[in-house]
Amino acid sequence: MIAWLRHHLYSLDRTTIRLMAAPVSTALNVIVIGVALALPLAGYVLLQNLQSLANGFATQAQLTLFLDRSAGPEDVKSLEDRLGKEKGVMHLRFVPRATALADLARSADISEVVGALRENPLPDAIIVTLKTNDTVGAEILAEKARSFAKVGYVQADSTWTRRLDALIGLGRSALGVLGVLLSFALVAVTVNTIRLQILTQHDEIEVSRLIGATDSYIKRPFFYLGTLLGAFGGLFALALVFAGLGFLNRDVSTLAALYGSTFSLVGLGTSDCLAFLGFSAALGWLGAHLSVSIYLLKTN
Amino acid sequence: MEASPIVSISHVTKRYPGGYEALQGVSLDIDAGSMVFLTGHSGAGKSTLLKLLAGIERASSGTVLVGGLNVSSMRRAAMPYLRRNLGLVFQDHKLLYDRSVYDNVILPLQVTGQSAKDAARRARAALDKVGLLDREKANPISLSGGEQQRLCIARAVVNRPNIILADEPTASLDPETARSVMEIFRSFNQVGVTVLVATHDQAAIDQMRPRVIFLNKGRLA
Repeated sequence: MIAWLRHHLYSLDRTTIRLMAAPVSTALNVIVIGVALALPLAGYVLLQNLQSLANGFATQAQLTLFLDRSAGPEDVKSLEDRLGKEKGVMHLRFVPRATALADLARSADISEVVGALRENPLPDAIIVTLKTNDTVGAEILAEKARSFAKVGYVQADSTWTRRLDALIGLGRSALGVLGVLLSFALVAVTVNTIRLQILTQHDEIEVSRLIGATDSYIKRPFFYLGTLLGAFGGLFALALVFAGLGFLNRDVSTLAALYGSTFSLVGLGTSDCLAFLGFSAALGWLGAHLSVSIYLLKTN
Repeated sequence: MEASPIVSISHVTKRYPGGYEALQGVSLDIDAGSMVFLTGHSGAGKSTLLKLLAGIERASSGTVLVGGLNVSSMRRAAMPYLRRNLGLVFQDHKLLYDRSVYDNVILPLQVTGQSAKDAARRARAALDKVGLLDREKANPISLSGGEQQRLCIARAVVNRPNIILADEPTASLDPETARSVMEIFRSFNQVGVTVLVATHDQAAIDQMRPRVIFLNKGRLA
């Protein structure tokens, strides 16, 4: 056990020395891995931001029930009672047709048109606000409300949020594919790097085997090498993404200010960063494992 | 007292791809604590026999027992533990030129996980035995052929193996240096280590008067 720990320390030490001894090739490897990882990571961060932006826009789904012209105050009352009993409904607002027309008349562009009307063409309306952004629930309620008496037309305002959700979902899938592809690239890069390193240490491996080194003893320094390369690559990717966000945020805040918003892009949290570093280190380890296992099998 | 065989080879044949038979039905026993020279012309199968004992190659048929373990059917994973009981000395030394003399000798101790203190003590003792203690910081490339061979021996014995297998250890050395290398083997044999040397150095055989096994075209002669 102590011997095992001792060799781990020794391997880590030698690996670090080796990485430092060839700073240019180490840096190049870290850059390749970092850029490969930065692409899907940046995509992920942007999608996260888009999602939170979308959630901010539509935290609640809305339904608008336009009533028949024949609906009287009692009909409105009974409809409100029925809707009030539906689960998921947070808030009801009755908009009488007169108010709707007055609102419309306030819009400068069409006030003249409204003024020219001989009678109010607008129906009464009830605006139903749901508790959550549950678009499926909103659709079900809309379907139900269509069958209510004195309801002329039901408009579910959730269509666009559903489209956005679907778009974000598509983005996620595309990102997943990209992430998997680039993970393969990272593993391939590490396999190749470790292979080259193995070739330069061919003599050391041969001698180690002849004096009774186990395969795991021989593999260990390469595992460290792969893991360190992966971790440094991951760090570099994080740096790239955060630098990119900082750069974009200047433009984003200008744009947001034009819309009267203080929105800005948010990076990754600490736990996400750590998880990402762990992931990239694990990919590096995997590359090293493949590379050195293939080599040891071939030379046996 | 009857010495028990530490190496027991029976009906061993080694056939290389292409059909060439380096060894054909060789059987022999080597007693623990003895000194044995394997001799014969080049291509007689001396190196092949040593490689079979060290598990570097596997016999095509027959059994190779080293210290009671069957090397010819040994699992790959068990091989390192066999090698730790063997001291291997090579004609081409197989030293690592990216580190010092001292770091070369300490390598087998790192493999077995010795503490730094023990390892340092034993490495210096091994270097002292072969007369290289004052060169411990040198790079092996700066050593003469004889010194490199002595370094290879120091590395082979630092783990205190039961058996030393040496393949043509004096082939590239001048007679005087060869004598001193052979004397080192004798000193290890005198403290109970079994020494098996493949050589065609007749002077060494005359000097040491060991048990001699002749191989001729893959057979015992």
